[in-house]
Amino acid sequence: MNDMTNKWIGQRTIRPDGAEKVTGRAAYAADTTMPGMIWGKVLRSPHAHAVIRSIDTAKAEALPGVKAVVTHRDLVEFPLDKSVMLGIQDMRWMCRNVMAREKALFHGHPIAAVAATSETIAAEALRLIEVEYEVLPHVIEIDDALKPDAPILHDFLSFEGKPSNIAGKLEHRLGDIEAGFAEADVVIERSFTTRPVHQGYIEPHACLVSVAADGKTTIWSSSQGQFMVRAMTSLLTGIPQSDIRAIPAEIGGGFGGKTIIYLEPLATVLSKKSGRPVKMVMSREEVMRASGPTSGSKSTVKIGATKDGRLVAAQGTFWLQAGALPGSPIRGAAGCGFAPYTIPNVVSTGFDVVSNRSKVAAYRAPGAPIGAYAVECVIDEVAEALGMDPLELRLKNAARQGTKAAHGPVYPRIGFMETIEAALAHPHYKTPLGEAPPGKRRGRGVASGFWFNAGGESSAQVNITEDGNVVVTTGHPDIGGSRASIANITAELLGIDYKRISVLIGDTATIGYSNLTGGSRVLFASAMVVTQSTEKVIASLRERAAKIWKIDPEAVAWEDGEARPVSDNAGRFPPLSLAELAARATETGGPIGAGVQLNTTGAEGGFATHLCDVEVDVDLGIVRVLRYTSFQDVGRAVHPSYVEGQMQGGAAQGIGWALNEEYIYDRQGRVENAGFLDYRMPVCSDLPMLDTVMIEVPNPKHPQGVRGVGEVPLVPPLAAVANAVYDALGKRFYALPMSPPRVLEKLEG
Amino acid sequence: MAKIHVTTTVNGEPVEFLCEPQQSMLDVLRGPLGLTGSKEGCGSGDCGACSITLDGRLVCSCLMLAVEAEGHEIGTIEGMASGDGLHPLQQKFLEMAALQCGICTPGVLVAAKALLDKNPDPTETEVRFGLAGNLCRCTGYDKIVRAVLETAAEMRGAKAEMPEAVR
Repeated sequence: MNDMTNKWIGQRTIRPDGAEKVTGRAAYAADTTMPGMIWGKVLRSPHAHAVIRSIDTAKAEALPGVKAVVTHRDLVEFPLDKSVMLGIQDMRWMCRNVMAREKALFHGHPIAAVAATSETIAAEALRLIEVEYEVLPHVIEIDDALKPDAPILHDFLSFEGKPSNIAGKLEHRLGDIEAGFAEADVVIERSFTTRPVHQGYIEPHACLVSVAADGKTTIWSSSQGQFMVRAMTSLLTGIPQSDIRAIPAEIGGGFGGKTIIYLEPLATVLSKKSGRPVKMVMSREEVMRASGPTSGSKSTVKIGATKDGRLVAAQGTFWLQAGALPGSPIRGAAGCGFAPYTIPNVVSTGFDVVSNRSKVAAYRAPGAPIGAYAVECVIDEVAEALGMDPLELRLKNAARQGTKAAHGPVYPRIGFMETIEAALAHPHYKTPLGEAPPGKRRGRGVASGFWFNAGGESSAQVNITEDGNVVVTTGHPDIGGSRASIANITAELLGIDYKRISVLIGDTATIGYSNLTGGSRVLFASAMVVTQSTEKVIASLRERAAKIWKIDPEAVAWEDGEARPVSDNAGRFPPLSLAELAARATETGGPIGAGVQLNTTGAEGGFATHLCDVEVDVDLGIVRVLRYTSFQDVGRAVHPSYVEGQMQGGAAQGIGWALNEEYIYDRQGRVENAGFLDYRMPVCSDLPMLDTVMIEVPNPKHPQGVRGVGEVPLVPPLAAVANAVYDALGKRFYALPMSPPRVLEKLEG
Repeated sequence: MAKIHVTTTVNGEPVEFLCEPQQSMLDVLRGPLGLTGSKEGCGSGDCGACSITLDGRLVCSCLMLAVEAEGHEIGTIEGMASGDGLHPLQQKFLEMAALQCGICTPGVLVAAKALLDKNPDPTETEVRFGLAGNLCRCTGYDKIVRAVLETAAEMRGAKAEMPEAVR
């Protein structure tokens, strides 16, 4: 199946969910309603850090129209001394994130929730809840959180024997770092900072929950995993998983931010208490204050190279903000930064630092863009110090098959070198920047990046309809076109037109357990279970034809969507089409269908190299991206348009991170720019066309050669843009974003 | 508070509804009128997911009071396709994969149609500024811009001049 002569794999087919989405009919979570539905709203902490002395909900409960109120007392508590893990999430932190317990830990932390017959009454009820706070000193920034006299968020955390805001440490070591630096002719060490940024999905978190009188619970919600929703809601409410049916609505963007829940357990308890279906929708302000974002960071990276351009030693230390509860993506920052290179001596360390911000959630290759930003900027400086082309330096040291990475693996066949070679050969790299208009300067930057990619649990069911068409059900919310890719693969395997295949996302009651849509795992994992299910269906179809022809199943081939005798020796029979076999299913053994459930393995890492041209307006400080090209090893582009879409979307998010996006806090620890006007994500007129070059080095461990493609695209852009700005100005930024005021400050300084 | 009776036209059909004076057009579309194709991404006029037309003019329905619909013509995404045929923009968005999660798509399509109604032959820059009020976080806008340019050319009976990445 790895050959490139496929009929359907590689085709730009029309996505199965497309017509509903362009006509406004696709049902997202906030579009769902039920008879008798009431509205839930959340009371949030006005303080960044405060002990909750008391919560009095009596007046709110007495307001006409209020049907239920919940506080932390209504949710299951996970004691601090015992970790209960669900995937990578510790329920001790999750239970304190969805509703404050001992303390309010950030401005916007949920304190209570109400359900009422209208949104207006619910909002009024929130004002009637009386909360007595003892306000504590707060801390937001990493440097402040690490000071000896810093306010300590959690008295159960200690580091090196002392109370601390450091919640965890991770270290990767390879070789002998001292010997490595001793061998180096050029050593460059630099420190960097990045600001927290939000995933920026356009659809706010939303859910509708109905708890029936017998306790049977139905949840419609926008998430990156209906099984995650079921499990977390079960753990936080005490309702057994078998009584919860979590139905995945269409999801309006997630980028990692919807791999955890916020509203579902609150709505569930409100529905249980009120006996009514409860709908909850976050406002954009709530999304910005209390969901996501990813970490702000500070990093120090030191790289040593020999005169002939061999990277011989690398050391990185990455401090990441976790938000109010432990769990920042230090694994991504410390693990991915040096992963594109063959460096014999590496120490890479990550520190997880809590502070009074909302708890971070995954954001597209969590942590990796932060690590790559620092590493790729230093590599740029090493190249300059050596007088080498920055791509040639990367190519000379590129990881390849057999490279031992500091984070553990020895790479199998990977396509990283190919991305650099393609960049070197591309017209973009060969075209001069051209003369900048007066008052502007131009520059070009390059950067590379790596992301782990994931496998894990997936389930699929492939059923043949009575009229000989196909329904495929998988268990992963489709966040970027995965249904289209599954249709292509199934069509290829069955040898039929892709239009005869419907691809559906099952709910927790209709398909087997499937892990999150995350880790760039969906197509990798679901293609595996769909392939195996389809192969079982094909085996069954051959057996049925054999039965009809009264020959051995081994003598029946499945070709071009029909059963045929393998040769004239097997007998001369006219072929039996899928429709004909479906019509005779009852007499040949009953319904035709098969399902497979697997813990998939063999997801191999993904690599990319990006080229970026910028033009800096030296009077206004505005950096504009003129041209951008991404080169990525995509394994096999099952649906090229949606692979390109991932590459383009990641580049755009990275450009936003590099140039404009940042959380800004006031002195009270409140987010000052909790909306799309002041949290400025790239709009259409900010960007150029985003070129893509897909390099297909098939993953040898996957039936179609699939590698995850969704997250790598956000890893290189921060440094690609930063290196381009340096090239333009001759001054290097060690802090993101490179927003107009900072650019002007740099130019004037 | 007494509700206000509003008589208006939505997607060419006469419509009456009752609303509260402070209710937004978006809330009435999504609530009593059941037209949930218009989305709420921000409620402050910054994301464009709620884009509709008011007498042909592009507006954010979250910033418009429902009572302002009285006597006017509202156009929403639900009125874009005619009968069983998609509008050329809708068809082109599908063919060129100009959507990923799809939450911004209704607003982008309404804005793109409003642009082409005024300017059937836009440049890439005009398309980018015409859609600058519609946030999309998935696509990086590349395929959206291409799909709008291609549709415009097709509707004019011309061949699209795709913008070169190379300046």
